[in-house]
Amino acid sequence: MLMEAQSQQQATKTHQYDAADVVLDCQAKQIFYSDFLAVRDSHVPIVKNKITGFIGPSGCGKSTVLKSINRMNDLIRGFRFEGNVHFHGMDIYDKKVDPVSVRRNIGMVFQQPNPFSMSIYENVAFGLRLNRYKGDMDEKVEKALRGAALWDEVKNKLKNNGLSLSGGQQQRLCIARAIATEPQVLLMDEPCSALDPIATRQIEELMVQLKERFTVAIVTHNMQQAQRVADQTAFFAVDISRGGRTGYLVEMAPTAELFSNPQEELTKEYLHGEFS
Amino acid sequence: MKNSSNETFHLPKLERQPFEPRALKSIVLSSITILSAVFACVPLFSVLIMLIYRGGKRLSFELFYALPPTAFETGGGFGNAILGTLFMVGLAALISVPFGILAAIYLAELGKYNKVAQIARFCAKTMTGLPSILAGVFAYAAVVLIMRNYSAWAGGIALSLLMIPVVMLTAEEAIKMVPQAMKDAAFGMGCTQTQSLVKVILPVAMPGLITGVVLAVARAAGETAPLLFTALFSDYWLRVNEPTASLAVLIYNYSGMPFENQIELAWAASLILVLMVFILNIISRAIGGKKRI
Repeated sequence: MLMEAQSQQQATKTHQYDAADVVLDCQAKQIFYSDFLAVRDSHVPIVKNKITGFIGPSGCGKSTVLKSINRMNDLIRGFRFEGNVHFHGMDIYDKKVDPVSVRRNIGMVFQQPNPFSMSIYENVAFGLRLNRYKGDMDEKVEKALRGAALWDEVKNKLKNNGLSLSGGQQQRLCIARAIATEPQVLLMDEPCSALDPIATRQIEELMVQLKERFTVAIVTHNMQQAQRVADQTAFFAVDISRGGRTGYLVEMAPTAELFSNPQEELTKEYLHGEFS
Repeated sequence: MKNSSNETFHLPKLERQPFEPRALKSIVLSSITILSAVFACVPLFSVLIMLIYRGGKRLSFELFYALPPTAFETGGGFGNAILGTLFMVGLAALISVPFGILAAIYLAELGKYNKVAQIARFCAKTMTGLPSILAGVFAYAAVVLIMRNYSAWAGGIALSLLMIPVVMLTAEEAIKMVPQAMKDAAFGMGCTQTQSLVKVILPVAMPGLITGVVLAVARAAGETAPLLFTALFSDYWLRVNEPTASLAVLIYNYSGMPFENQIELAWAASLILVLMVFILNIISRAIGGKKRI
């Protein structure tokens, strides 16, 4: 009943942000997988040098929205994005835009740590080599590994295969790989869901450091994690009123505000654990 | 062992009961599976022992550099047949490996959901069941009749027809085995389709690709029927535009001859052919063993 009431309201409430601070503005009107409407009416501005958290129940489309931002979803059959994603005055869904260049500027860290089957060094150098980087490779690799808080653990075994590391180290290696090319925005899709609590804590601390140099957007199903790391939080929910299971943005606000004083009834219920 | 104050409580029996029907059944069934597995090795080992026994005594360096003997002549070898087999299998590999792997890339990556890929995959699967003699007949019509001569080229082309589907289907499997997460990582880093294939997917799939190629080579090296129609046989050294000797056809021809010397050579050639295939398999296993995904 309440969900239906929610779906009647067409405009979702997104906190007003100063346009100058918004480095990437994602306005997803409709996202389809073939005939299936996965997400509707979700406007998520990503603020510069802040961490934007995406929370919500399973199937609410938070990952779909995140992966639409660097056009990873283009690889999925039947994917269609209606709306636009403004990045430096360009719509990245414009026909003139090459998705490959988009992905080189908007980095991604995945749910499962997925280093390449090559040395630790080559993993980090991978993106630089793609971009035909000509400078001091060793220095860049070290900087990226330091940035990912992994340098001290791997500096003596850079030639070892990236897959020989532990899960948490692999995930930090993936972060090092993503930040080596200094992308402006770093997308993280539940980066800790496959990790133990200690590794999770390390990654969370790392994220807070990373936002000084990068803009971060992170999907998490862990509300405490969003509270710990995110500056802005976007809450998504599933709308089952039209027969399908369509995700949409319910509310987005600075994290403290969203958690202490949610504007929407649905957000309140979710935060109090009344549904999931 | 019963507790008198609690009549309904029974200690469970945990000791093994080897003579219960359940246990006996399990022993009988596992023995049957073990016996079947051992039995599968019997043909291979009996063939090997037979070949070593019959062909081993004729092994010498002369086999590798001498030409086949004429009737009633003693000694001799089949250097030309070894060379012919190497040339024709090499030619077949040169044709089928690039062709098969490129097709596999299309099947596994580019045209995953495409009708063309589905049709090509179906054709390849059908081709693996193609009787090898038909490959020979086809190459006879397509190459021998046009060049107006039996030749090593025709033999190589006939063999490549048998190798292509094997290379293609094993390579497709190898490429599909590369974890999706790793492919996502490549695209996420901003790889183009080509870069993701060259830098990430193919290196990881390489052991599987090599295994497929070796399997196909091993199969082609032992084929006789396609060569009977295309390369025929020759008692002279390799000349690519003329009939060419091969180990398989040599075995076929000599084993039916009434001369002791030729029959011995056929046994020795069989042993060498099996050893070649055996060594290839070991090499592919050694490379495949390095696999890590």
